Amino acid sequence: MINSMTIMAAAAEQEQANPLIPNIWEIVVTSVGFLVLLFIVIKFVVPAMEKSYVERRDAIEGGLERAQAAQAEAAQLKNNYEQLLQEARTEASQIREQARTEAAQIVAEARQNASAEASRISEQASVQIAAERQQAVTALRTEVGTLATSLASKIVGEALEDDARSQRVVDRFLADLEKEQASTTSAGATE
Amino acid sequence: MLPLVLSYLPTQGYVPPTIDDAHLPDMIPWMAEYGTGFGKQMLMIILSVILIWALFGIAMRKPSLVPGRLQWIAESGYAFVRNGIGRDILGEKHFRQWVPLLFATFFFVLFNNLFGAIPILQLPSFSHAGAAYAIAIIMYIIWIGVGLRHHGIKYFKLAVVPEGVPSWILPLLVPLEIISNFIVRPLTHSLRLMATMLAGHMIVMLAGSGAEYLITQTDSILNAGLGIGVIIGSVALYFLELLIMVLQAFVFTLLTALYIQGAIAAQAEPIMDKPMPVAA
Repeated sequence: MINSMTIMAAAAEQEQANPLIPNIWEIVVTSVGFLVLLFIVIKFVVPAMEKSYVERRDAIEGGLERAQAAQAEAAQLKNNYEQLLQEARTEASQIREQARTEAAQIVAEARQNASAEASRISEQASVQIAAERQQAVTALRTEVGTLATSLASKIVGEALEDDARSQRVVDRFLADLEKEQASTTSAGATE
Repeated sequence: MLPLVLSYLPTQGYVPPTIDDAHLPDMIPWMAEYGTGFGKQMLMIILSVILIWALFGIAMRKPSLVPGRLQWIAESGYAFVRNGIGRDILGEKHFRQWVPLLFATFFFVLFNNLFGAIPILQLPSFSHAGAAYAIAIIMYIIWIGVGLRHHGIKYFKLAVVPEGVPSWILPLLVPLEIISNFIVRPLTHSLRLMATMLAGHMIVMLAGSGAEYLITQTDSILNAGLGIGVIIGSVALYFLELLIMVLQAFVFTLLTALYIQGAIAAQAEPIMDKPMPVAA
């Protein structure tokens, strides 16, 4: 109590400045200071801020638009590529199919050619063989006839100089011989 | 406590700081008596203008689309006043032209308040009544001017005669509205700021001088300990003061916006209940 009373007494001794009474000069300085600041703000700060804001918004909006355009373009390109790819795939499969068909055709043709050639060759061979055989038979027949005649004439003398008769004998002989041979070959074939 | 106080009272005694100590002698002429020239408070005002200019000037000197740290801070502060106070209070239609005023007001008050929390400067400019009066008078002139521009001389009638009130109550209501709108409003607008700043300043001075006295002017170890306690306690007060400084800058600007909005709308707030307009 004494403490606070002393303080109050000490305070009362001094003449207190009323905190509500302003210093005129401070009013002036504060007003001028504030108005100067307001001028600076109107003139420089707010325009700079608003400009920066507008620029940023434009940049962001422009960026978004550009991004959208790029995306649309990319989508179209992708579409194109996919279409091309699809076409290429179809074409490739067509080509493959055609190649397969062609290959089959070629193979079939080759096979046909080969078989034709083979049959031709075999036919030719058989014809040739038959001709040669015929030739051989003819040659043999003449030779064997001559040999047998000369042999027989040697054996029975010159009596058998008559050609017609000897020829008949030879023919009969050979026919017998052929018959015999045929029976042996057929027997061999059946065997 | 009392015996301790008594032990030093007869010899020296503790003289608490007074309001006078918040007003240092003027600087020009050097250490002249109070009120004759250029004082520390005026230096603070000028310093605040230069600092705000410098901060925002440097921050926006080379504005880039992707802001740097300083630009980001400056733009955030600007956006806070522009959108948080201006657009929210004044509405999309009117706020744009008032952004510079609100911006200048907010940062002017904020910087001058924060000077009280910076060592050496240590003086919130608005703890001097003159500064608070000055800025409140400017706002007073502005919002009355806005009312007159929007509504002509009829504004005074609109401002003091509430709508939808029975006529018999008007003789009672109109003087109240006049007092509240045109006399009390500028006073509370200025004194709220001045009183909070002065109180904060006084607390700092009191804590400082009290701690100094307890530690250096008394022999008792206990008193020195108490002095240290005071210093620790003053740290908490310091942060409370910081909060109040920012808050008062916000409140002052918010009220300015509200007064301007009131002048644009020019509807005296009816005392009786009225359905609230549906917010868009």
